[in-house]
Amino acid sequence: MSIKERLINGTDFDPDSLSALQKVTLRAVVMSFLFYGLVAAEGMIMRMVETGKEVAPIPKMFFHPDHFFAIMTAHPIVGIFGSTYQLVFAAFMFLVPYLTKKPLYSIKLANYVWLLITVGTALAWFAAFAWHYAPLYTLYWPLPVDTKQFSEIGGIVFIIGVALIMLGTFGFIYNIYATIFARVGVHKDKTTKELLISGFGIDGMLNLVNKLRGKPPYSKEPALALPVVAIFRGTVDTFLDAVVILGAGILVLVYLIADVSGANWDMHAIDALLYKNWFWWGLDLVADGLVLIYVAGSWYLLATLITGQKLFMENVARAALMLELLVSWMVWSHHLLSDQPQPEMMKLISGEMVTAFELLTQGLALFITLVTLWKARPLKMTMELKYLLGGLVGFGLAVPAGIIQADMGLNRVLHNTQWIIGAHVHIAIIVGLYMTLYSALYVLWPLVTNNTKLYSHKLSNLHFWLHLIGGIGMGAFMGMAGLDGMLRRHLYVHGEFNPLMIFAAICGTMLLAAWAIFLYNIVMSVGIKGLLGIFKPAKDPSATYGLDEELEPADDPAFAK
Amino acid sequence: MTFSNSLELLSFHWVAYTIYAFMIISIVAWFGYNLGRKEKVKSIVRIPFYGYMAFLVMAGVGHHIFTYNAIPWVSQDITRHDVKPDAEYDIEVADHKWKTPKLPIVVQCGQKVMFNVYSKDLTYGFGLFRQDGTMVLQMQVDPGHKNDILWTFNHNGDFDLTSTEYSGPAQYDEEGNDLMLIKHFMKVVGCEKGGEK
Repeated sequence: MSIKERLINGTDFDPDSLSALQKVTLRAVVMSFLFYGLVAAEGMIMRMVETGKEVAPIPKMFFHPDHFFAIMTAHPIVGIFGSTYQLVFAAFMFLVPYLTKKPLYSIKLANYVWLLITVGTALAWFAAFAWHYAPLYTLYWPLPVDTKQFSEIGGIVFIIGVALIMLGTFGFIYNIYATIFARVGVHKDKTTKELLISGFGIDGMLNLVNKLRGKPPYSKEPALALPVVAIFRGTVDTFLDAVVILGAGILVLVYLIADVSGANWDMHAIDALLYKNWFWWGLDLVADGLVLIYVAGSWYLLATLITGQKLFMENVARAALMLELLVSWMVWSHHLLSDQPQPEMMKLISGEMVTAFELLTQGLALFITLVTLWKARPLKMTMELKYLLGGLVGFGLAVPAGIIQADMGLNRVLHNTQWIIGAHVHIAIIVGLYMTLYSALYVLWPLVTNNTKLYSHKLSNLHFWLHLIGGIGMGAFMGMAGLDGMLRRHLYVHGEFNPLMIFAAICGTMLLAAWAIFLYNIVMSVGIKGLLGIFKPAKDPSATYGLDEELEPADDPAFAK
Repeated sequence: MTFSNSLELLSFHWVAYTIYAFMIISIVAWFGYNLGRKEKVKSIVRIPFYGYMAFLVMAGVGHHIFTYNAIPWVSQDITRHDVKPDAEYDIEVADHKWKTPKLPIVVQCGQKVMFNVYSKDLTYGFGLFRQDGTMVLQMQVDPGHKNDILWTFNHNGDFDLTSTEYSGPAQYDEEGNDLMLIKHFMKVVGCEKGGEK
């Protein structure tokens, strides 16, 4: 078959054979990787700007502060929500029905989720592109309503975009919990209380306590599988985070509309520090609650699927997810260690001490995953195993980097530097999170595409190495520049931190190339026809996967029909 | 062990973290290599689970205990309201412009200097940088609040000031040059070559 024919038809992918659940999953995955490409291109533009006007082979307009900071504002919105949220939500809306052997609550709602997030991300991006609305993702009050610097219309469009993303997020949350709590199939006889106890990992903790007291376990067969517990638990943080971001959005929107209507509201009626605390409490739930918990759950799932064995120390893992509940809600102050009016006790307890517990919870997840793999050796070094190990390296690097900077001494010289965004954030997301997600993608690929053959194993390998080396390299060089004093939310136009920024740009190019190779491999596997077929209505309306037998009659009226 | 300025601290941090990074990459690589081997590999060391947990707790908490004792500005920062500074400077910022005392500020070696920075509109940052671009110190400047930092300068230097927090593109001109940068904002004099009097 010629390359052109392969590009059109793919390997052996048949979109008509897919169920509604498979199709809605793939739709979100496609959008996620398109947004990933956009975010990688944006990142590269910013990296090139930082190498200086004399070096960077890009148009001069990118060095203009309006343009540069508009990109910096859109970049995390597209990356975190447009790409990561879409991918995670798609995977979980497929996995929860798969793991609980129950149908997804609503395929229609799942379709609204990816549509709302896609449109919302596109709107927020457009606001930055067209009006240069650039308060950054932090939205530090009162910058988002500073209409001397930004257009009101741009701000309103941006906030509407973010609000749509949050509405999509609420749709995902509702779908997940409605599926988990549905008393249907294996959960027909379970009570809401039993599902709640299992969802919060309390059964694991009670099992441990009973073991220490020499009593029989509280629950031999927990109601929910461990990865579902992680999804359940992480989704609590996703909800709280969405409430806070939506709340901030409404506040900004109200001020902007007042400004358009000619009312001159006092920006300082809102206390900037109080707002910062509230905003970071919510925003930090994405990083320290949602990501770490979802990732831990994904590692457990991947380790058990790759090895085909039970998870090592499952009860401890369940209890740790419960502990993470307390930790993730109490760590936000590490973002305010350089805010002098912030009470010292909050810096000490929330910012330093509770934050340090993330080393414990994530270290535990890493340990449990590695031992589960170790006990099952010899294992074939498949793509999913490679990516899983890459994900472990990513968090193995990024979590201690975060603990180091969450210190009153070091934060004084690391806060807002490239160390934070490079060595910690980018390595956590690009290497830790994305490599875990790629591992999940390779595990789920046969399930969601009905065993479609991948076009090229060599390209998969090339993607792996370019992504791993590019991701770690870029984060490392940015981190080194941060230690040399380079700020993260600052414009440098004369290559002040070269050659480190040149090296970071080279590594960034590797990341962009890795994405292009991955996309090419996927498109050659499913073909353009197949890609378009994913977006056509499914002939099979099934909202389950892998269930051959009829589900037992449901008590739940939502599923009774 | 005490770090007398940010350069010493960040050099130490650079070395320590680089060693750690190579270590964790090597461990996972070794692990990955042995996962695929048919013959059973002998563990180099056996680390009991509770030992590993204790190590993580010690690393997390011990790190802060170490920095509290080794970095002088931590305890000074916590107790700054009980300390009488040798010199005090009030600085205002509004509309992306600093309002400073007469420049350059000249500080004698070892003096405890208090900077009180007030923002009248947006959130800014207050950051001092050496001529080679390395950071001396920084803090956030929250509008409507008193933002104060007490610092002891133990090395001679010539420091620039700029905002370390993004406050909108108005901080820059059309060419991307930083309008909030004040070159040679302050000088520290009177220290010996290796630092301190």
